[in-house]
Amino acid sequence: MSDGLQTVPDARGHFGIFGGRFVPETLIPALDELEREYRKAQADPDFQREFYYYLRHYVGRPTPITYAERLSDYLGGARIYLKREDLCHTGAHKINNTLGQILLAKRMGKRRIIAETGAGQHGVATATVCARFGFECEVYMGEEDVHRQALNVFRMKLLGARVIPVTSGTRTLKDATSEAIRDWVTNVRTTHYIIGSVVGPHPYPMIVRDFQSVIGQESRQQMLEMTGKLPDVVVACVGGGSNAMGIFYPFLEDPVRLIGVEAAGRGLNTSEHAATLATGRPGVLHGAASYLLQDEYGQVMPTHSISAGLDYPGVGPEHSYLKDTGRAEYVTATDGEALEALQTLARMEGIIAALETAHAVAHAIRIAPTLPRESTILINLSGRGDKDVDIVSRALGGQL
Amino acid sequence: MSRIAERFAELRRRGEGALVVFVTAGDPSLALSERLILTIAEAGADIIEVGIPFSDPLADGPTIQASTFRALQGGVTPAQVLEMVSRVRQQTAAPLVAMTYTNPVWQMGMERFACTAAQAGIDGVIMTDMPPDEAKEWHAVAREHGLDTVFLVAPTSTPERMERVARMSSGFVYCVSRTGVTGERETLPEEVPQMLQAMRQFTDLPLCVGFGISRPEHVRAVCQVAEGAVVGSAVVSLIAREAAGGERALLSAVRQFVRELKGATEHTP
Repeated sequence: MSDGLQTVPDARGHFGIFGGRFVPETLIPALDELEREYRKAQADPDFQREFYYYLRHYVGRPTPITYAERLSDYLGGARIYLKREDLCHTGAHKINNTLGQILLAKRMGKRRIIAETGAGQHGVATATVCARFGFECEVYMGEEDVHRQALNVFRMKLLGARVIPVTSGTRTLKDATSEAIRDWVTNVRTTHYIIGSVVGPHPYPMIVRDFQSVIGQESRQQMLEMTGKLPDVVVACVGGGSNAMGIFYPFLEDPVRLIGVEAAGRGLNTSEHAATLATGRPGVLHGAASYLLQDEYGQVMPTHSISAGLDYPGVGPEHSYLKDTGRAEYVTATDGEALEALQTLARMEGIIAALETAHAVAHAIRIAPTLPRESTILINLSGRGDKDVDIVSRALGGQL
Repeated sequence: MSRIAERFAELRRRGEGALVVFVTAGDPSLALSERLILTIAEAGADIIEVGIPFSDPLADGPTIQASTFRALQGGVTPAQVLEMVSRVRQQTAAPLVAMTYTNPVWQMGMERFACTAAQAGIDGVIMTDMPPDEAKEWHAVAREHGLDTVFLVAPTSTPERMERVARMSSGFVYCVSRTGVTGERETLPEEVPQMLQAMRQFTDLPLCVGFGISRPEHVRAVCQVAEGAVVGSAVVSLIAREAAGGERALLSAVRQFVRELKGATEHTP
């Protein structure tokens, strides 16, 4: 990786005006310790070897890139490629990060792990590595999400984790994250908090980005091998933004358009969406400065998305930075567009994507016909949709 | 000398610790908060922390979370809280400290917040999620408007961090008694005196201990080793319990409790 990419965050964890550490004092020493340990691990060939060993033999990396031939032909424009993170163990990209962080926790001698989860994918990925490495695991999940992602709740329990339903506030990812931070403040001496996205106080946005950037590193090489050139456009969905940051990061210095797709829910003209970068203002939530959906007094607003994983009023500070510097573009897709895209991809390519991922697919479907045939779009197919079939079936007016 | 510093000087002469009481502004209503704050001051509290509600109070336990939620349901805004404070200020000389989180202050604008707060009669500000590392701009703005900046130390703070907190703080230093969130507890952690002793190597500022201080016996124990004790959740939950019984009963119950707490602040030789 070139030095240019290492300029953000700065030594204090700031991405321009974003990022930083807005947390109670109690946590600052733990964040210092985490940062120290992470920098040591980064420079330690044994750590890197161990991380890549498990990525290969446990997660199933490298994940392939699939040329979406029928979809490309049908749309009649740019050729569409899919980075198949849905084929990772546990069915989404989330495990790249949980694997890295559990190895860090092991180095720090912490035996208890906590996590927050929205769709349940990060919770499952955390429960999985905790089972594999023998850690105690507790996952905070909004009560609303516990109901809409029942399958993942059961998976976590099978893996030996305890799922704690959160009944405060909006009962979704935002409140699950707050509750996980409160647990961490209380048990910080024994517990490592595995944050699931590129959010939270420094060094988390940097650590999660780095662990997830394996997606972009592989993609870069694979696209060169398959097509002889870099993709013209990379598209990924953005809730907190970990899959997007993971695939964007290794392309930051290349002439590649980077497009993040946020959840427009029932429409940007309603209050029921989660399009933070599109409609929010800079603010502070969950330990970092970033774009935020908030009212004029700074109170965080309730959000809506059909996909639990995008149903979050904040976003990673580095995405805020990439938006303001103009290096990445951020657009939106509605619940309806995501549902439509999910079905199109299923019928054309035999792949059922997660509802989160379907937002990225929707935007690729939108722009592909406007681009020439020789151009290529790479979609980060961040997760598989098994967990969502119940919601999709109900949204389409049927029942399972 | 700031109103806070004067109060501590006076308490030192009297051989007493400070009783610091927290209330959430707007719970049960702003009008009642005004009367509650005055009642709490009359009953003997030395400093009153006025909580400006934020939708996502990370450092607070269930009691203050619920109180914050009720206040926000009632539509309370930071500007309205400061207006209420200016009415309070006309009726009492007690030091008033605004306690909130970073985002409401950011959104109002640090300069505008500091200016409005100072004019309203606020003496100091605590932002629970703004450690000194992120407070460079705030520190300058607050000083310019004569506001004390109160930062927190925790049982996990290293000597380097204690030194930094000491350097950035004025008025007093808020010593968090335990790792955790706000809320009533049965006992005081044994590590508190050790933390205070370590902190005194870096500052002559008064040290006030909070988080889990809920009863007169806690206040008594804290005032043997610190310059003050902060009681939050115990008062907030008393207000929540008594609110249904009408204003007179509520104010009388709060007056009674604050008197008991204040009675425990005397230094025993």
